[in-house]
Amino acid sequence: MDNFKQIKHLYARAGFGLRFEDRKVNEHFSVKKAVKDLFKTSDVNDPISTVQGNTDYNAIMKGDVLARKQFLQEQRQQEKDLNLAWIQKMSATEAQLREKMTLFWHNHFACRSREALFAQQLNNIQRTHALGNFRDLVLEVSKSPAMLQILNNQQNHKGHPNENFARELMELFTIGRGNYTEKDVKESARAFTGWGFNKDGEFLVRPFLHDGDQKTFLGKTGNFAGEDIINTLLEQKQTAYFISNKLYKYLVNEIPDPLHVNAMADVFYKSNYEIKPLLEYVFTSDWFYEDKNTGNIVKSPVELIVGLNRQFYITYQRPDVLLEFQRTLGQILFYPPNVAGWPGGRNWIDSSSLMYRLKIPSMVLNGGLIDFAGKADPEDEAYLATVRNRQTLVNTKVQAQPDWPKFLGDIPKNLSNTAIAQFILEPTLGKAMQNTVDHSTNIKTLVIEIVSTPEYQLC
Amino acid sequence: MKRRDFLRNTALASGAFLIPAFLKPLEALANGQLSGYKNLVVIQLSGGNDGLNTIIPYGNDIYYQKRKTIAINQTDIIKLNDMQGLNPSLSALKEIFDQGWMSIINSVGYPNPDRSHFRSMDIWQTASDSNQFLTTGWIGRYLDSNCQTCKNPYTAIEVDDTLSLAMKGTAMKGIAVQDPNKLYQATREPFFKDLLHDCGSDHLNEDNLGYLYKTMIETYSSADYIQKTSKTYNVSAEYPPTPLGNQLKTVSKFINSGLQTRVYYVSLSGFDTHVGQQNQQGRQLKIYGDAVAAFVKDLKQTGKLEDTLVMTFSEFGRRVEQNASNGTDHGTANNVFIFGGRLKKAGIFNDAPDLTQLDNGDLKYKIDFREVYATLLDKWLDVNNSQILNKSFNGLGFV
Repeated sequence: MDNFKQIKHLYARAGFGLRFEDRKVNEHFSVKKAVKDLFKTSDVNDPISTVQGNTDYNAIMKGDVLARKQFLQEQRQQEKDLNLAWIQKMSATEAQLREKMTLFWHNHFACRSREALFAQQLNNIQRTHALGNFRDLVLEVSKSPAMLQILNNQQNHKGHPNENFARELMELFTIGRGNYTEKDVKESARAFTGWGFNKDGEFLVRPFLHDGDQKTFLGKTGNFAGEDIINTLLEQKQTAYFISNKLYKYLVNEIPDPLHVNAMADVFYKSNYEIKPLLEYVFTSDWFYEDKNTGNIVKSPVELIVGLNRQFYITYQRPDVLLEFQRTLGQILFYPPNVAGWPGGRNWIDSSSLMYRLKIPSMVLNGGLIDFAGKADPEDEAYLATVRNRQTLVNTKVQAQPDWPKFLGDIPKNLSNTAIAQFILEPTLGKAMQNTVDHSTNIKTLVIEIVSTPEYQLC
Repeated sequence: MKRRDFLRNTALASGAFLIPAFLKPLEALANGQLSGYKNLVVIQLSGGNDGLNTIIPYGNDIYYQKRKTIAINQTDIIKLNDMQGLNPSLSALKEIFDQGWMSIINSVGYPNPDRSHFRSMDIWQTASDSNQFLTTGWIGRYLDSNCQTCKNPYTAIEVDDTLSLAMKGTAMKGIAVQDPNKLYQATREPFFKDLLHDCGSDHLNEDNLGYLYKTMIETYSSADYIQKTSKTYNVSAEYPPTPLGNQLKTVSKFINSGLQTRVYYVSLSGFDTHVGQQNQQGRQLKIYGDAVAAFVKDLKQTGKLEDTLVMTFSEFGRRVEQNASNGTDHGTANNVFIFGGRLKKAGIFNDAPDLTQLDNGDLKYKIDFREVYATLLDKWLDVNNSQILNKSFNGLGFV
């Protein structure tokens, strides 16, 4: 693979895709320099601060219909603001590796919180530690109100342990199924008793609810607290393997190669769970650039939308449309389907989602109409029940404005149609694509056609 | 230029190809494969419908004690036996019930119930245990089972814009069709067609690109099949002008035109009634009852009720005691409704919910929802339920 193709692949996986604008800068970079550059631009950690406070629960406690309706409306507005703030951040940021990894942790520590402030806080934790240390990340996530709430640790009390958090910590966040016993779940749940948060969303250990007795966990006995359990889990190399395997599926190939994953786990474990060396190792490995590992990952809906926004510098007069796309394509940020996150890969694709995926780019770039409506999320039912007329809006205008002059201006003058298609698409051009490309006379039309293909769904 | 057509065409899609109704039965009968072709229609009520105010245990005083302001007055209830009766908004279903076309299964749920909408809906759609996360749905796995009649995406149709998890298997997925003409138009847009025409066989590999092209081709041919077949039949029965009414009318069109579909899926939302429940739930139940009654009567008229089974569920019921806002909060076990022309046990299938033996204020489930699914799979869709539900269930005797 030539150097430039490698850089393009790197940006497709470590970020949201290379733009013609970027091409001018890093066309002649070595892979090593490009990797270095990716980390450098991601040094900045710029948190989201859209949501200022939680909606007032007192209103709802009073129990009158109007107050409740208003409360639900405010709550929805905050969730919407947060969602859009992140989509827009991903679409515009220079720190794309950080955002790409934040998206990975968002799905790894999948969590729904009805308190937008808590959801934002968790998102910022994931962003802060996205390229930092996994131990810090697990610990901070475990102490976040959003997670304490969703996994019921707030109700985990001495004498009445609630095992939900302890179980997911092992099954989904660290060592994975099959590497612990039911007894380990019970014992570790006791170590987390008393972990909770106050009304301002600050973490606290409530000593009177904490079980201070001895516990036996993964063969060790002691007077363990939550931190000890996390440390013990990370002492198991299986945790390094479990995370590496998941990351491999996200960055390299949906079908993990045990040899490569083992090598990743070695790096991760030896560096004491530092995320940066692990990523550097992946991005500088030869196997990362092998043909079978390029152009074969199905973009998640968010990656698809963000990639499009970045490539064409799209501004939305009605940003809500970005939520409608997420709903229709089956991935609403902050609304994972369950604590196991979005399954990804081919699960994104069915007849209808593929049709919308093929259609949305042209709607955005060419001012089309939306004539479909995604299903409501189950959590929206309470709000929907209060609204009399709940016909979802269809036939609304997308009202998006791509920056064509900028996009077209960055395309090198002598670039052939084929080269343009090869730049925008990750898979190799097949017969169908080649035919489209050959017959195109107008560059704008060509580009719209390129992004309306099955090939564009892959990175 | 192509692009513009691509966009305009879809917005203009309309039902332009209706063929006179009298032509259809001939064509349908000529199909041969139709006799004994059994359909399942799943209706999902989203938001957690309050089963206790739907099929009301009016004969139990506890119901009136726990629901001081939202209980339905005895005189308004449409009594089915001396214990339970229909919410007055479901009046249209009385006739259906009396005809022996409805079966009410009480206290359906699962162990360690989850009170979160999304999690519980996930459990119902994937047919998982409550501590298990599956990425495929139960109908999707039915498609995966590669049974005689489940080889095409249109074996399972969701009348909606998007496809629910319930309909997604590993290898096979159902198809979402809100409007067959619209779907057909969308797949016939020049650019879509050209891509398929040109792609040849070089894309049909096992990799993800091959999978995308394969999905496109299946969508293309399914859209054609669904549109061509369904346009041969025109529904003459009256349906209420609600979205659910329209969806069931579409299902009727599909069934009566002889579409080789085994499972249909539709949803109705708006059942999360924490506040001011009576009006909200009444409104939704009326939409539900009127549409289902019209559908059942329509199928009876066309001779398809014998071959059709309708199942309605919601992700959970509500707590027995009402809350302070004249509503109810998330609960556990709930009732499931079955409709059809060949029910073995019509009427009220089992005892009314026990309002005394509660689990922390919630109903205890008596029947695992997967027993209901198992019955449908074994006795209606002719597949072995253990293959799809990952363990074996005995099933129930309602069909």
